[in-house]
Amino acid sequence: MTELVDYADAVKRYDPVLGIEVHVELGTRTKMFCAAEVSFGAEPNSQTTPVSLGLPGALPVVNGKAVEYAIRIGLALNCEIAETCRFARKNYFYPDVPKNFQTSQYDEPIAHDGWVDVELEDGTIFRVDIERAHMEEDAGKNTHVGGSGRIHGAEYSLVDYNRAGIPLVEIVTRPIEGAGDRAPEVARAYVQTLRDIFRALDVSEARMERGNVRADVNVSLRPTPQDKLGTRTETKNVNSFRSVERAVRFEISRQAGVLDAGDRVIQETRHFHEEDGTTSSGRVKSDAEDYRYFPEPDLVPVAPSREWVEQIRAGLPELPAARRRRLQGEWGYADAEMRDVVNAGAVDLIEATVAAGATPAAARKWWMGELARKAKQAEVSLDEVAITPAQIAQLQQLIDAGRINDKIARQVLEGVLVGEGDPEAVVVARGLEVVSDDGALLEAVDAALAAQPDIAEKVRGGNLGPVGAIIGAVMKATKGQADAQRVRELVLERIGA
Amino acid sequence: MTDVTRLSAAALADHLAAGEVSSVEATQAHLDRIAAVDGKVNAFLHVSSDEALATAHDIDQRRAAGEELHPLAGVPIAVKDVVVTKGLPTTAGSKILEGWIPPYDATLVERIKAAGLPILGKTNMDEFAMGSSTEHSAYGNTHNPWDLDRIPGGSGGGSAAAVAAFEAPLAIGTDTGGSIRQPGAVTGTVGVKPTYGSVSRYGLIAMASSLDQAGPVTRTVLDSALLHELIGGHDPRDSTSIPEALPSLVDAARHGATGDLAGVKVGVVTELQGEGYQAGVLARFQESLNLLEKAGAELVEVSCPHFPYALDAYYLIMPAEASSNLAKFDGMRFGLRVQPSEGPVTAERVMAATRGQGFGDEVKRRIILGTYALSAGYYDAYYGSAQKVRTLIQRDFADAFAQADVLVSPTAPTTAFKLGEKLDDPLAMYLNDVATIPANLAGVPGISVPNGVSDDGLPVGFQILAPAKADDRLYRVGAALEHLLENQWGAPLLSTAPELA
Repeated sequence: MTELVDYADAVKRYDPVLGIEVHVELGTRTKMFCAAEVSFGAEPNSQTTPVSLGLPGALPVVNGKAVEYAIRIGLALNCEIAETCRFARKNYFYPDVPKNFQTSQYDEPIAHDGWVDVELEDGTIFRVDIERAHMEEDAGKNTHVGGSGRIHGAEYSLVDYNRAGIPLVEIVTRPIEGAGDRAPEVARAYVQTLRDIFRALDVSEARMERGNVRADVNVSLRPTPQDKLGTRTETKNVNSFRSVERAVRFEISRQAGVLDAGDRVIQETRHFHEEDGTTSSGRVKSDAEDYRYFPEPDLVPVAPSREWVEQIRAGLPELPAARRRRLQGEWGYADAEMRDVVNAGAVDLIEATVAAGATPAAARKWWMGELARKAKQAEVSLDEVAITPAQIAQLQQLIDAGRINDKIARQVLEGVLVGEGDPEAVVVARGLEVVSDDGALLEAVDAALAAQPDIAEKVRGGNLGPVGAIIGAVMKATKGQADAQRVRELVLERIGA
Repeated sequence: MTDVTRLSAAALADHLAAGEVSSVEATQAHLDRIAAVDGKVNAFLHVSSDEALATAHDIDQRRAAGEELHPLAGVPIAVKDVVVTKGLPTTAGSKILEGWIPPYDATLVERIKAAGLPILGKTNMDEFAMGSSTEHSAYGNTHNPWDLDRIPGGSGGGSAAAVAAFEAPLAIGTDTGGSIRQPGAVTGTVGVKPTYGSVSRYGLIAMASSLDQAGPVTRTVLDSALLHELIGGHDPRDSTSIPEALPSLVDAARHGATGDLAGVKVGVVTELQGEGYQAGVLARFQESLNLLEKAGAELVEVSCPHFPYALDAYYLIMPAEASSNLAKFDGMRFGLRVQPSEGPVTAERVMAATRGQGFGDEVKRRIILGTYALSAGYYDAYYGSAQKVRTLIQRDFADAFAQADVLVSPTAPTTAFKLGEKLDDPLAMYLNDVATIPANLAGVPGISVPNGVSDDGLPVGFQILAPAKADDRLYRVGAALEHLLENQWGAPLLSTAPELA
């Protein structure tokens, strides 16, 4: 086993080049080639037809919605949309592929030659060239029972064909060069950018944890950017943004070690291990199967009319980058503030909070402050914190109306988070409303003055400094539910100062 | 009343409509005939008596209730076993599908059921429709009713023999390189390969997707037209299905049956005659041409210079597609599953054992051929070149149809050969389809009409080809020829076939 080279050292001496293939499952109602429903978590093998089970005699029919979604993706990635394109059969035997061939696009993708700008955490824009985006169908899902859960050593395997035939679009980059030591970050930001675009286009739920978006990451090293490309490895099915970054980082360190030792990088597919962030050898590509691609004779070419393509283009929603620029302008955030909001995944939440009536500043205060802390404590993402933007807006309104103060607001927030209902309901149920009844307050003020006669004396004597102690005692007596300003007024009035 | 099994489907339909015979009686008569002769012919792999009689009973009741029925309602039919039938065993002549009961119907079967034709059963065939003699069936040979020692043609020998032996008035066949027309020729029956895309392929167990087409197998041209209209038409479940409706085929057949061919230009294809064709086949062909001419047709000689390459191109494209289409037969989801006799039981080894045991030699031969033709480094030389030849053949047709309304040739170069005669010589077997293959490569329709017997007393067929979507021309010219011949003979050709029972 070769030694890993320290990452910083590796990228000083080698120039990494990336290639990323992203698969996205489209959120169509039915599958790519038949009317079986696309659904997550259904009873195994319940979402199938003779077509998606590959039964004898069954024939595919292209899902028009999937073609539309593929075109949307192609246009959002600044691609050319083919005037005509075909499906092909990729032949290989595997039990999760019901026909023992995958219907895919080979030499005629629906979209090609595009680009997408990727924004890094510090605001740098990095352009990634897109070679192609093509349509294909997903495979079923194998579950290996017994042993380690991998196929080797398993007692038996089960196949669920619910996923078989779900439409996929695969997006392939051209070699990503010039990222240098930021290659892992670029890889991560690229996949994240695509995920955001898929969501904005409404073509997929794009949930990484469900495998709606999967990335295969190719990495190669060369001594300098002037050298020809080195031998690449392909790390398959990397399924989170963080893993994409880690996989690239690991491969750079590993390949540098191989090259340092005077060995050659083997062209192969590799598996990524979430537990320790390493990759391990899969199968060697040089003896990879011959897929015997040929045009799918059961389908006719897909020939989207130019009118249709233009119609789809005209209907494209605002894309994430443009939207961020617009929202930053509307909200008046500084660049650094906006970047933090974006990196925290708070854009949608703040937008919704503002829409529910809060000011942009207040919305940012909540989501980037108290709620970000809560999320961090619970190790969840911001949108998984159990409070809605509307509830935050309501909470802020209660403060603005003087019905609660900032301190009480935290208690209200706790109440919402533990499921006691909307802020309004929490305030009522817990009796947290500011005590605005002067009679009740005066009673407390009198009691506080009586308890601390020396301080009362000083204040009466014109020394307003210690008045805070009296106010503090009143706040304590009212469990913090008094308006401190009003208490101060009442104290001074009582003393006659 | 006459024996209903001897009636044409159209005549039987008339009797049914007139209430002179019930569908139950007609269906039972055919089941009886099957019981009497199929031990010798072996046309059927499965006889579905109960289901057929239930359908017949239902139709009789609906007819009695005054319901408007399809013209062929109540007329029994046999279906080639490559067509998927819900609830009825479907093997495609292969051990690998033994015991498989499909959970769905092919579109054409849905149409047959909707029209109320009792399905008598499933007919024998070469395994996965690969062959020209039905000897490659995993379930035994079918025997030619004209001479039980001879082949009934293939791959649809079962459907052709069933119709020729009066076991069914109608049958469904499929034709990838001649599997409807060649059995028609050697059994004295009518067989039609429709325009590619005019009959849905949904539910046909695919051999070669770009070539396969289902069609009628009958005893008369009119019956074929009736059945073709029933099973044809657009199907959204088949992407290669033609959306527009074809001209009326039944009208064309009735028009043709007047014997009038004035103004019809008949192109005689130079490349589809001569060397390799039996003298008797060529003699009957010439006599038929003379008849057509007398009926007013204008004969023109046309050349299709690339036809001699059709067989070679076909034996690359067909196996290439078949190698992929047959990949799904792996023992994982349906049909036969074979555990490896020794060593570890992995999915891959189960697939290999299942395919090794489940497929016959001819199927394996074609899978190997096709896998090779598609392999990296060979694709352009084989599959790619074959597709170019296919384009040239399509151009030959276009040029020929610029000179003639229909093209004609003998359907098959020889009459039925003896069982076993060509089993060990695949290339000789493949030559049977030399005249029928060009139509599949170009997607154009073709019909085989019986046009007499050769010197050996065995039937021969006359092939008519038309441009894509002009299937009506097949029926006009075919019905005219049938009319002229039967006038000459005084009776249908099949009435001279041996009695079997």
